[in-house]
Amino acid sequence: MDHLLEVNHLEVNFKTYGGEVKAVRDVSFHVDKGEIMAIVGESGSGKSVTVQTIMGLIPMPPGKINNGEALLHGQDLLKLTKKRMQKVKGSKLSMVFQDPMTSLNPTMKVGKQIEESITTHQRIGKTEVKKRAMEMIRLVGISNPEERYNQYPHEFSGGMRQRIMIAIALACRPELLIADEPTTALDVTIQAQVLDLMKDLKEKMNTSIILITHDLGVVAETAERVAVMYAGVIVESGTVEEIFSNPRHPYTWGLLESIPDVNSEKKERLIPIEGSPPDLFSPPKGCPFAPRCKYAMDVCVEAMPPGFEAEEGHQAKCWLNDPRTPDVEDLIAAGREEY
Amino acid sequence: MYIFKRLITMLVTIWVIASLTFFIMKIIPGDPFASDADVLPEEVLQNIRAKYNLDEPIPVQYALYMKDLATFDLGISIESESRTVNGIIWDGAPASALLGTQAMVIALVFGLLLGIVAALNHNKMLDYFSMFIAIVGISVPSFILAPLLINYFAVDWQLLPVASWGTWQHSILPSVALAATPLAVIARFMRSSMLEVMNQNYIKTADAKGLPTTKLVIRHGIRNAILPVVSFIGPLFVALITGTFVIEKIFAIPGIGRYFVDSIFNRDYPVIMGTTIFFSSILVLTLFLIDISYRFIDPRIKLTSGGD
Repeated sequence: MDHLLEVNHLEVNFKTYGGEVKAVRDVSFHVDKGEIMAIVGESGSGKSVTVQTIMGLIPMPPGKINNGEALLHGQDLLKLTKKRMQKVKGSKLSMVFQDPMTSLNPTMKVGKQIEESITTHQRIGKTEVKKRAMEMIRLVGISNPEERYNQYPHEFSGGMRQRIMIAIALACRPELLIADEPTTALDVTIQAQVLDLMKDLKEKMNTSIILITHDLGVVAETAERVAVMYAGVIVESGTVEEIFSNPRHPYTWGLLESIPDVNSEKKERLIPIEGSPPDLFSPPKGCPFAPRCKYAMDVCVEAMPPGFEAEEGHQAKCWLNDPRTPDVEDLIAAGREEY
Repeated sequence: MYIFKRLITMLVTIWVIASLTFFIMKIIPGDPFASDADVLPEEVLQNIRAKYNLDEPIPVQYALYMKDLATFDLGISIESESRTVNGIIWDGAPASALLGTQAMVIALVFGLLLGIVAALNHNKMLDYFSMFIAIVGISVPSFILAPLLINYFAVDWQLLPVASWGTWQHSILPSVALAATPLAVIARFMRSSMLEVMNQNYIKTADAKGLPTTKLVIRHGIRNAILPVVSFIGPLFVALITGTFVIEKIFAIPGIGRYFVDSIFNRDYPVIMGTTIFFSSILVLTLFLIDISYRFIDPRIKLTSGGD
C-alpha cells in the first residue's frame, strides 16, 4: 500500500559557530491515510526539526538537508521550489505549533487569520470565505463565532487560541496535519479537550496527523503508531500496543519507567534515566544511548545498531535484539520487568 | 473621558514647563540690558527695565507673565522691539514646519525601507550596506553634510539653489541634510524591530499557511515591526518641525530655529518663553495624537483613564 507521507533517511544539520550540529540522523518513517502517528522524545531529540524540515520551515542556512526525501503522494517535498512548496503548505499539509500564546498574529483579527489560510489557496468570494471561517470557528468548539470572528488573539485564552490554531490549520482540509506539541503549553484539563477535538476532527475530515509530544500518556490516548526519537535518531517504532506491551529498546523502557503512577498509594520517587543525551556536535559512532544504558555491550559503543524487526512494523535500533546477543529474550524480559 | 483627562494633563504639563523655564531663565546671570549698562545712564536703564516689568520682584513678574499667557499673549521681543513673540513664531513656523515635514517624510520612507531590507537580508551584503549608510547618517553631523550637499549639488553640478527659501527646489537640499540623522536612527531601529518580529512564532504560522513571501512580510512582519517605531517617531517629528538652528542657519531659511538659540544669548526673555512654550505645546499635542493613534494601530491597547 502506498503511504500518504514517507520519509526516508532524512539527515538535517545546523551550522553554528561551534560547528555543525547533527540534529536529525537517518530518520525514516511513514504516515498512512487517516492515522495518527506520534513522535515522542525529549527536548532536543530532533522531533520538531524533523517535521519542520518536512514543512519547509527550517531556514536554510543555518539548516542543511544532507540526505533524504519526504514523499507526499510520491512527490518529494524537499526538492520542491519555494513557490511550489507554498502551494502545498497550508492546503495539503499544515501545522499546529506548541505555543498558542505567541503563534497568532497579535494585530490581526482571528477571523482574518483563518480566512487567510483559505484565500491563500482558493479563489472564493468574500462572503463565502467569511462563512467558511465562521464554520471553522464553530467546528473547533468555540461558541458565538460571529462575535469571536472580530476579536483579536489577546481576547482568547490559551486553550481557545490553540483551537483557533487548529481552525487555521484545518481550514483547507489538509490531508496531513502536523501537531508539534500542541498541548504542552496548556494545562491538563485543556490538554484533554484539545486532544479530543483533534481526534474528533481527524474522523470528520479524514486527516492524518503527526503528533509530536514528549508525553507518553498523550501517545497512549491518541496515536495508533509511535516513533521514539533519541539524539536525532528514531530508536524504536511500532504500533502503540507493541511499544507499550513489548518495548524492545532500553530508552523506551526508561521512558515508560519514568511515568509517575497517579494511582499509587505510597509515596514513590520518580525514576529518571540517569545521565544526559550526547553532544550532537560530534555524536558517538555507536548507539547514542549506550553511555546511559544499563545493558550496554561492547558492540554498542563501537557500531550504530541497525533496525531490528521485532514484529511486523515494529523496529528497534538496539543490539539486544540481534539474534547473536546471548540470552536476549531474558534480558529484554528483565528490562521490561523493571517498569 | 480619557481624552478629557488627557487634555487637562496636557495643560498642566505645559504650565509646569512654562513655570520651570521662567524661574530657570531668571537664575541666569545678567539681563537683556547688561551689555548696555556701560554706555547708558542709570536712569535710562531704569526706565527701560520698568517698561518690561523687570523692576518688579520675580513673583510679580511671574504672575504678570502668566496672566498674559492665559490670553495667549506671549509679549513683545526685547531684541527686536517692533515684533510680538506671537508674530515671530507665526512668521517662522511655516517654513520650519514645511522643512521638518519634508525631512520627516524622507527619513521615514527611506529609513523604514533601509531597515526592512537590512532585516530581510540579515547578515548578508544588503544588510551590511544598509547599516553602513545608517552609521554614516548617524556619525556625519548635519553641519558637515549640508556644506557637502551644497558643494556638489548646487555649486559643482548646479542642479539646485545654494540657499535661501521660496520654491520647492530650495527645500530639497535642506530637507535631505536634515533627514540624514533621523533616517539612520529609524533604519537601525526598524531593522532590529523587524528582526525580532520575523523570529516570532506567528511568522512561522503564517509561513506554514503557505502565504507568499511578500504578503508574509507586509501583513505579518512590517505591520507588527512598525509599532515600536511609531512611539519614538513622535518626539523626533516635533524636533524636526519646530525648527533647527544649524540647517536653517546654513541655508538661510527664515524659520524659527535660530530664535531658540539667539534668544538665550540675548536674554530675550519673552522669546525664550515663547519658543519654549511653542515647542512643548507641539510636543505634548503630538504625543497625545500618537497615543490616540495607537488605539487604532495596536488592538491590544485600550485607552482608559485609570489603571486596572
